[in-house]
Amino acid sequence: MQTTSDEDLIAKIAKGDRLAMAALFERHRVRVYRFLLRMVRNEAVAEDLNSDVFLDVWRQAATFEGRSAVSTWILSIARFKALSVLQRRREVELDEEQADTIEDHADDPEVALAKKDTAEVLRQCLAKLSAEHREIVNLVYYQHKSVLEVAGIVGIPEATVKTRMFYARKKLSELLSERGIERGWP
Amino acid sequence: MTTANEREPSEIELLLPWYAAGTLDAREAQQVEAALAGDPELARRFEWVRAEFAQETSINEMSGEPSTGDVKALFAKIDALPTPRQKAALNLGARFAEFLAALSPRTLAWSATAAALAIMLQAGLLAGILLEQAIPGGYETASAPTNVRREGTYVLMRFRSEATAADIAAFLSANKLSIVDGPAGGQLYQVRVAPTKLAKDDLMRVVQQLQDDKVVGFVAATN
Repeated sequence: MQTTSDEDLIAKIAKGDRLAMAALFERHRVRVYRFLLRMVRNEAVAEDLNSDVFLDVWRQAATFEGRSAVSTWILSIARFKALSVLQRRREVELDEEQADTIEDHADDPEVALAKKDTAEVLRQCLAKLSAEHREIVNLVYYQHKSVLEVAGIVGIPEATVKTRMFYARKKLSELLSERGIERGWP
Repeated sequence: MTTANEREPSEIELLLPWYAAGTLDAREAQQVEAALAGDPELARRFEWVRAEFAQETSINEMSGEPSTGDVKALFAKIDALPTPRQKAALNLGARFAEFLAALSPRTLAWSATAAALAIMLQAGLLAGILLEQAIPGGYETASAPTNVRREGTYVLMRFRSEATAADIAAFLSANKLSIVDGPAGGQLYQVRVAPTKLAKDDLMRVVQQLQDDKVVGFVAATN
Protein backbone atom coordinates (compact mmCIF):
# COMPACT_ATOMS: atom_id res chain seq x y z
CA MET A 1 0.00 0.00 0.00
CA GLN A 2 1.36 3.37 -0.95
CA THR A 3 0.95 6.18 1.56
CA THR A 4 1.06 9.86 0.81
CA SER A 5 4.36 11.38 1.88
CA ASP A 6 4.50 14.10 4.50
CA GLU A 7 5.80 16.49 1.85
CA ASP A 8 2.80 15.80 -0.39
CA LEU A 9 0.46 16.37 2.53
CA ILE A 10 2.14 19.69 3.27
CA ALA A 11 1.72 20.75 -0.37
CA LYS A 12 -1.98 19.96 -0.13
CA ILE A 13 -2.32 21.71 3.21
CA ALA A 14 -0.79 24.80 1.65
CA LYS A 15 -3.75 24.80 -0.73
CA GLY A 16 -6.20 24.54 2.14
CA ASP A 17 -6.84 20.80 2.03
CA ARG A 18 -8.37 19.96 5.42
CA LEU A 19 -8.29 16.24 4.77
CA ALA A 20 -4.53 16.40 4.28
CA MET A 21 -4.28 18.40 7.49
CA ALA A 22 -6.21 15.74 9.36
CA ALA A 23 -3.98 13.03 7.88
CA LEU A 24 -0.77 14.78 8.84
CA PHE A 25 -2.11 15.47 12.31
CA GLU A 26 -3.08 11.85 12.80
CA ARG A 27 0.36 10.76 11.66
CA HIS A 28 2.36 13.00 14.01
CA ARG A 29 0.07 14.02 16.85
CA VAL A 30 1.22 11.41 19.36
CA ARG A 31 4.96 11.81 18.93
CA VAL A 32 4.77 15.60 18.96
CA TYR A 33 2.50 15.49 22.00
CA ARG A 34 4.95 13.26 23.83
CA PHE A 35 7.84 15.56 22.95
CA LEU A 36 5.86 18.50 24.31
CA LEU A 37 4.87 16.53 27.39
CA ARG A 38 8.50 15.65 28.12
CA MET A 39 9.30 19.33 27.89
CA VAL A 40 6.42 20.96 29.77
CA ARG A 41 5.43 18.06 32.07
CA ASN A 42 1.76 18.91 32.01
CA GLU A 43 -0.73 16.93 29.94
CA ALA A 44 -3.27 19.73 29.46
CA VAL A 45 -0.60 22.22 28.45
CA ALA A 46 1.04 19.69 26.13
CA GLU A 47 -2.26 18.96 24.42
CA ASP A 48 -3.07 22.63 23.97
CA LEU A 49 0.40 23.30 22.60
CA ASN A 50 0.04 20.31 20.30
CA SER A 51 -2.92 21.85 18.52
CA ASP A 52 -1.10 25.20 18.43
CA VAL A 53 1.84 23.50 16.72
CA PHE A 54 -0.37 22.04 14.00
CA LEU A 55 -2.21 25.33 13.69
CA ASP A 56 1.16 26.83 12.78
CA VAL A 57 1.71 23.99 10.32
CA TRP A 58 -1.61 24.92 8.68
CA ARG A 59 -0.71 28.60 8.55
CA GLN A 60 2.87 28.14 7.39
CA ALA A 61 2.57 25.15 5.07
CA ALA A 62 3.07 27.37 2.04
CA THR A 63 6.43 28.50 3.42
CA PHE A 64 7.79 24.99 4.01
CA GLU A 65 10.81 24.65 1.77
CA GLY A 66 11.60 20.98 2.23
CA ARG A 67 15.11 21.60 3.51
CA SER A 68 14.40 19.26 6.41
CA ALA A 69 11.99 16.41 6.98
CA VAL A 70 8.46 17.52 7.77
CA SER A 71 8.67 15.84 11.18
CA THR A 72 11.84 17.81 11.94
CA TRP A 73 10.13 21.05 10.96
CA ILE A 74 7.13 20.25 13.14
CA LEU A 75 9.38 19.46 16.10
CA SER A 76 11.14 22.81 15.59
CA ILE A 77 7.80 24.55 15.95
CA ALA A 78 6.93 22.40 18.95
CA ARG A 79 10.22 23.17 20.63
CA PHE A 80 9.74 26.91 20.28
CA LYS A 81 6.27 26.71 21.77
CA ALA A 82 7.42 24.52 24.65
CA LEU A 83 10.29 26.86 25.43
CA SER A 84 7.94 29.82 25.49
CA VAL A 85 5.84 28.05 28.11
CA LEU A 86 8.87 27.03 30.10
CA GLN A 87 10.17 30.56 30.14
CA ARG A 88 6.87 31.81 31.44
CA ARG A 89 7.02 29.26 34.20
CA ARG A 90 10.62 30.01 35.14
CA GLU A 91 11.61 26.51 34.27
CA VAL A 92 14.86 26.47 36.21
CA GLU A 93 13.08 27.02 39.48
CA LEU A 94 10.43 24.54 38.49
CA ASP A 95 13.01 21.93 37.60
CA GLU A 96 14.62 22.27 40.98
CA GLU A 97 11.26 22.16 42.71
CA GLN A 98 10.19 19.11 40.76
CA ALA A 99 13.48 17.36 41.32
CA ASP A 100 12.94 17.93 45.01
CA THR A 101 9.43 16.58 44.85
CA ILE A 102 10.59 13.30 43.34
CA GLU A 103 10.75 11.37 46.55
CA ASP A 104 13.94 9.76 47.67
CA HIS A 105 12.89 6.70 49.60
CA ALA A 106 16.44 5.78 50.54
CA ASP A 107 15.39 4.05 53.72
CA ASP A 108 12.13 2.66 52.46
CA PRO A 109 12.33 -1.14 52.18
CA GLU A 110 10.01 -1.17 49.19
CA VAL A 111 12.21 1.24 47.33
CA ALA A 112 15.29 -0.61 48.41
CA LEU A 113 13.77 -3.46 46.49
CA ALA A 114 12.89 -1.17 43.62
CA LYS A 115 16.48 -0.02 43.48
CA LYS A 116 17.34 -3.47 42.31
CA ASP A 117 15.23 -2.73 39.30
CA THR A 118 17.77 -0.74 37.37
CA ALA A 119 15.30 0.01 34.61
CA GLU A 120 12.94 1.75 37.00
CA VAL A 121 15.73 3.79 38.56
CA LEU A 122 16.95 4.73 35.11
CA ARG A 123 13.46 5.95 34.19
CA GLN A 124 13.31 8.02 37.35
CA CYS A 125 16.69 9.56 36.61
CA LEU A 126 15.75 10.31 33.00
CA ALA A 127 12.72 12.15 34.36
CA LYS A 128 14.94 14.23 36.63
CA LEU A 129 17.13 15.63 33.85
CA SER A 130 16.92 19.34 33.07
CA ALA A 131 14.65 20.54 30.27
CA GLU A 132 17.64 21.00 27.98
CA HIS A 133 18.83 17.47 28.62
CA ARG A 134 15.35 15.94 28.46
CA GLU A 135 14.90 17.63 25.12
CA ILE A 136 17.99 16.21 23.48
CA VAL A 137 17.53 12.75 24.98
CA ASN A 138 13.99 12.65 23.65
CA LEU A 139 14.99 13.87 20.19
CA VAL A 140 17.74 11.27 19.89
CA TYR A 141 16.21 8.23 21.57
CA TYR A 142 12.48 8.62 21.01
CA GLN A 143 12.10 10.92 18.01
CA HIS A 144 14.98 9.14 16.25
CA LYS A 145 16.56 12.33 14.98
CA SER A 146 20.05 12.30 13.49
CA VAL A 147 22.82 14.60 14.68
CA LEU A 148 22.11 16.91 11.76
CA GLU A 149 18.37 16.96 12.41
CA VAL A 150 18.81 17.68 16.12
CA ALA A 151 21.17 20.51 15.19
CA GLY A 152 18.44 21.95 12.96
CA ILE A 153 15.71 21.63 15.57
CA VAL A 154 17.69 22.98 18.51
CA GLY A 155 19.66 25.52 16.49
CA ILE A 156 23.15 24.50 17.59
CA PRO A 157 26.18 23.12 15.71
CA GLU A 158 26.44 19.37 15.17
CA ALA A 159 29.48 19.13 17.44
CA THR A 160 27.51 20.79 20.22
CA VAL A 161 24.67 18.33 19.69
CA LYS A 162 27.07 15.45 20.34
CA THR A 163 28.64 17.00 23.41
CA ARG A 164 25.26 18.11 24.82
CA MET A 165 24.01 14.54 24.53
CA PHE A 166 27.18 13.32 26.18
CA TYR A 167 26.74 15.71 29.10
CA ALA A 168 23.10 14.73 29.42
CA ARG A 169 24.31 11.15 29.80
CA LYS A 170 27.00 12.26 32.22
CA LYS A 171 24.36 13.93 34.36
CA LEU A 172 22.36 10.73 34.17
CA SER A 173 25.36 8.84 35.52
CA GLU A 174 25.58 11.25 38.43
CA LEU A 175 21.90 10.78 39.21
CA LEU A 176 22.29 7.02 39.01
CA SER A 177 25.28 7.21 41.30
CA GLU A 178 23.17 9.07 43.87
CA ARG A 179 20.79 6.11 43.71
CA GLY A 180 23.61 3.69 44.31
CA ILE A 181 24.16 2.59 40.73
CA GLU A 182 27.70 3.13 39.47
CA ARG A 183 28.15 2.72 35.78
CA GLY A 184 31.35 4.61 35.23
CA TRP A 185 31.89 7.40 32.76
CA PRO A 186 29.70 8.94 31.64
CA MET B 1 47.09 11.94 36.95
CA THR B 2 44.15 11.75 34.61
CA THR B 3 41.18 10.09 36.19
CA ALA B 4 38.39 8.36 34.33
CA ASN B 5 36.11 11.29 35.07
CA GLU B 6 38.45 13.76 33.37
CA ARG B 7 38.73 11.73 30.19
CA GLU B 8 37.42 13.33 27.03
CA PRO B 9 35.03 11.08 25.13
CA SER B 10 36.15 9.76 21.76
CA GLU B 11 34.20 10.63 18.62
CA ILE B 12 32.99 7.04 18.47
CA GLU B 13 31.73 7.22 22.04
CA LEU B 14 29.83 10.41 21.25
CA LEU B 15 28.04 8.59 18.43
CA LEU B 16 26.81 5.66 20.54
CA PRO B 17 23.33 7.14 21.23
CA TRP B 18 22.68 7.63 17.54
CA TYR B 19 24.00 4.15 16.82
CA ALA B 20 21.50 2.78 19.34
CA ALA B 21 18.72 4.77 17.70
CA GLY B 22 19.76 3.63 14.22
CA THR B 23 20.20 7.13 12.86
CA LEU B 24 23.86 7.05 11.81
CA ASP B 25 24.78 6.82 8.15
CA ALA B 26 26.25 3.55 6.93
CA ARG B 27 29.88 4.68 7.18
CA GLU B 28 29.58 5.93 10.75
CA ALA B 29 27.60 2.86 11.77
CA GLN B 30 30.36 0.62 10.44
CA GLN B 31 32.97 2.59 12.36
CA VAL B 32 31.00 2.19 15.58
CA GLU B 33 30.47 -1.51 14.98
CA ALA B 34 34.18 -2.05 14.41
CA ALA B 35 35.05 -0.12 17.56
CA LEU B 36 32.53 -2.06 19.64
CA ALA B 37 33.88 -5.35 18.34
CA GLY B 38 37.42 -4.49 19.37
CA ASP B 39 36.83 -2.64 22.65
CA PRO B 40 35.06 -4.55 25.45
CA GLU B 41 34.91 -1.44 27.68
CA LEU B 42 33.18 0.53 24.92
CA ALA B 43 30.82 -2.40 24.42
CA ARG B 44 30.01 -2.34 28.15
CA ARG B 45 29.20 1.37 27.98
CA PHE B 46 27.06 0.77 24.93
CA GLU B 47 24.88 -1.57 26.98
CA TRP B 48 24.04 1.45 29.15
CA VAL B 49 23.20 3.46 26.04
CA ARG B 50 20.84 0.70 24.96
CA ALA B 51 19.25 0.72 28.42
CA GLU B 52 18.76 4.50 28.25
CA PHE B 53 17.26 4.17 24.78
CA ALA B 54 14.84 1.51 26.00
CA GLN B 55 13.78 3.46 29.09
CA GLU B 56 13.32 6.77 27.28
CA THR B 57 11.11 4.90 24.83
CA SER B 58 9.29 3.32 27.75
CA ILE B 59 8.69 6.70 29.43
CA ASN B 60 7.13 8.03 26.25
CA GLU B 61 5.03 4.98 25.56
CA MET B 62 3.73 5.03 29.14
CA SER B 63 2.90 8.73 28.96
CA GLY B 64 -0.22 8.03 26.94
CA GLU B 65 -1.70 9.93 24.04
CA PRO B 66 -3.55 13.19 23.58
CA SER B 67 -7.31 12.96 23.98
CA THR B 68 -9.39 11.80 21.03
CA GLY B 69 -11.02 15.22 20.76
CA ASP B 70 -7.76 16.91 19.88
CA VAL B 71 -8.46 16.94 16.15
CA LYS B 72 -11.67 18.86 16.82
CA ALA B 73 -9.75 21.34 18.93
CA LEU B 74 -7.27 21.81 16.12
CA PHE B 75 -9.91 22.49 13.48
CA ALA B 76 -11.74 24.81 15.84
CA LYS B 77 -8.55 26.88 16.02
CA ILE B 78 -8.14 26.71 12.26
CA ASP B 79 -11.72 27.85 11.72
CA ALA B 80 -11.18 30.72 14.12
CA LEU B 81 -8.34 32.11 12.01
CA PRO B 82 -9.15 35.32 10.19
CA THR B 83 -9.38 35.06 6.43
CA PRO B 84 -6.71 36.93 4.43
CA ARG B 85 -9.17 39.76 3.81
CA GLN B 86 -9.94 40.03 7.51
CA LYS B 87 -6.24 40.04 8.30
CA ALA B 88 -5.68 42.82 5.78
CA ALA B 89 -8.45 44.83 7.36
CA LEU B 90 -7.01 44.35 10.83
CA ASN B 91 -3.51 45.29 9.64
CA LEU B 92 -4.80 48.44 8.02
CA GLY B 93 -6.67 49.33 11.20
CA ALA B 94 -3.55 48.77 13.28
CA ARG B 95 -1.44 50.92 10.96
CA PHE B 96 -3.97 53.68 11.18
CA ALA B 97 -3.94 53.44 14.97
CA GLU B 98 -0.14 53.67 14.95
CA PHE B 99 -0.34 56.70 12.75
CA LEU B 100 -2.72 58.39 15.17
CA ALA B 101 -0.51 57.52 18.12
CA ALA B 102 2.47 59.12 16.41
CA LEU B 103 0.81 62.48 15.90
CA SER B 104 2.55 65.45 17.55
CA PRO B 105 0.67 67.63 20.08
CA ARG B 106 0.25 70.31 17.45
CA THR B 107 -1.57 68.00 15.17
CA LEU B 108 -3.68 66.56 17.93
CA ALA B 109 -6.05 69.41 17.26
CA TRP B 110 -7.05 67.42 14.24
CA SER B 111 -7.63 64.30 16.28
CA ALA B 112 -11.39 64.63 16.37
CA THR B 113 -11.50 64.72 12.60
CA ALA B 114 -9.03 61.85 12.41
CA ALA B 115 -11.07 59.82 14.87
CA ALA B 116 -14.19 60.36 12.84
CA LEU B 117 -12.32 59.25 9.74
CA ALA B 118 -11.07 56.20 11.60
CA ILE B 119 -14.58 55.25 12.63
CA MET B 120 -15.79 55.63 9.07
CA LEU B 121 -12.86 53.62 7.79
CA GLN B 122 -13.34 50.83 10.31
CA ALA B 123 -17.06 50.76 9.58
CA GLY B 124 -16.31 50.44 5.90
CA LEU B 125 -13.84 47.65 6.51
CA LEU B 126 -16.23 45.77 8.76
CA ALA B 127 -18.93 46.10 6.15
CA GLY B 128 -16.47 44.72 3.61
CA ILE B 129 -15.73 41.75 5.84
CA LEU B 130 -19.41 41.06 6.42
CA LEU B 131 -20.14 41.28 2.73
CA GLU B 132 -17.29 38.94 2.04
CA GLN B 133 -18.59 36.42 4.56
CA ALA B 134 -22.04 36.65 3.06
CA ILE B 135 -20.84 35.44 -0.32
CA PRO B 136 -21.59 31.73 -0.65
CA GLY B 137 -18.49 29.65 -1.37
CA GLY B 138 -16.25 32.50 -0.39
CA TYR B 139 -14.14 30.35 1.91
CA GLU B 140 -10.46 31.14 1.85
CA THR B 141 -7.73 29.20 3.61
CA ALA B 142 -5.40 30.75 6.12
CA SER B 143 -2.36 29.59 4.21
CA ALA B 144 -3.47 30.62 0.74
CA PRO B 145 -1.30 33.31 -0.82
CA THR B 146 -2.74 36.78 -0.58
CA ASN B 147 -2.54 39.75 -2.86
CA VAL B 148 -2.33 42.15 0.03
CA ARG B 149 0.57 44.51 -0.41
CA ARG B 150 2.40 44.82 2.87
CA GLU B 151 3.77 48.23 3.66
CA GLY B 152 6.85 48.67 5.77
CA THR B 153 10.36 47.32 5.94
CA TYR B 154 11.10 43.73 6.84
CA VAL B 155 14.13 41.64 7.70
CA LEU B 156 14.75 37.95 8.16
CA MET B 157 16.03 37.20 11.63
CA ARG B 158 17.20 34.21 13.59
CA PHE B 159 17.59 34.50 17.35
CA ARG B 160 20.51 32.97 19.19
CA SER B 161 19.66 29.56 20.60
CA GLU B 162 20.66 30.67 24.09
CA ALA B 163 18.32 33.69 23.96
CA THR B 164 15.35 33.21 26.23
CA ALA B 165 11.80 34.13 25.32
CA ALA B 166 12.04 37.01 27.79
CA ASP B 167 15.24 38.28 26.11
CA ILE B 168 13.54 38.15 22.73
CA ALA B 169 10.41 39.89 23.97
CA ALA B 170 12.48 42.65 25.58
CA PHE B 171 14.57 43.04 22.44
CA LEU B 172 11.51 43.29 20.18
CA SER B 173 9.90 45.80 22.50
CA ALA B 174 13.02 47.95 22.90
CA ASN B 175 13.53 48.14 19.16
CA LYS B 176 9.83 48.48 18.30
CA LEU B 177 9.94 45.35 16.16
CA SER B 178 7.18 42.91 15.45
CA ILE B 179 7.38 39.33 14.22
CA VAL B 180 5.01 38.92 11.29
CA ASP B 181 5.83 35.37 10.25
CA GLY B 182 7.92 32.33 11.10
CA PRO B 183 9.73 30.39 12.09
CA ALA B 184 10.48 29.17 8.59
CA GLY B 185 13.38 26.90 7.66
CA GLY B 186 16.49 27.55 9.70
CA GLN B 187 14.43 29.11 12.50
CA LEU B 188 14.12 32.33 10.53
CA TYR B 189 11.46 34.86 11.40
CA GLN B 190 10.16 37.70 9.28
CA VAL B 191 10.36 40.83 11.36
CA ARG B 192 8.97 44.28 10.59
CA VAL B 193 11.52 46.95 11.47
CA ALA B 194 9.66 50.01 10.25
CA PRO B 195 6.08 50.84 9.29
CA THR B 196 7.30 52.54 6.11
CA LYS B 197 9.77 51.54 3.45
CA LEU B 198 13.23 52.63 4.56
CA ALA B 199 15.93 53.90 2.23
CA LYS B 200 18.68 51.35 1.56
CA ASP B 201 21.29 53.14 3.69
CA ASP B 202 18.88 53.51 6.58
CA LEU B 203 17.95 49.86 6.34
CA MET B 204 21.59 48.81 6.36
CA ARG B 205 22.14 50.88 9.50
CA VAL B 206 19.18 49.20 11.15
CA VAL B 207 20.40 45.74 10.13
CA GLN B 208 23.87 46.47 11.52
CA GLN B 209 22.39 47.77 14.76
CA LEU B 210 20.22 44.68 15.15
CA GLN B 211 23.08 42.33 14.28
CA ASP B 212 25.10 43.78 17.17
CA ASP B 213 22.46 42.77 19.70
CA LYS B 214 23.32 39.72 21.80
CA VAL B 215 19.89 38.22 21.14
CA VAL B 216 20.35 38.12 17.35
CA GLY B 217 22.16 35.28 15.62
CA PHE B 218 21.47 36.31 12.05
CA VAL B 219 19.69 39.15 10.33
CA ALA B 220 19.27 40.07 6.68
CA ALA B 221 17.24 42.67 4.84
CA THR B 222 14.46 41.35 2.62
CA ASN B 223 13.35 44.48 0.87
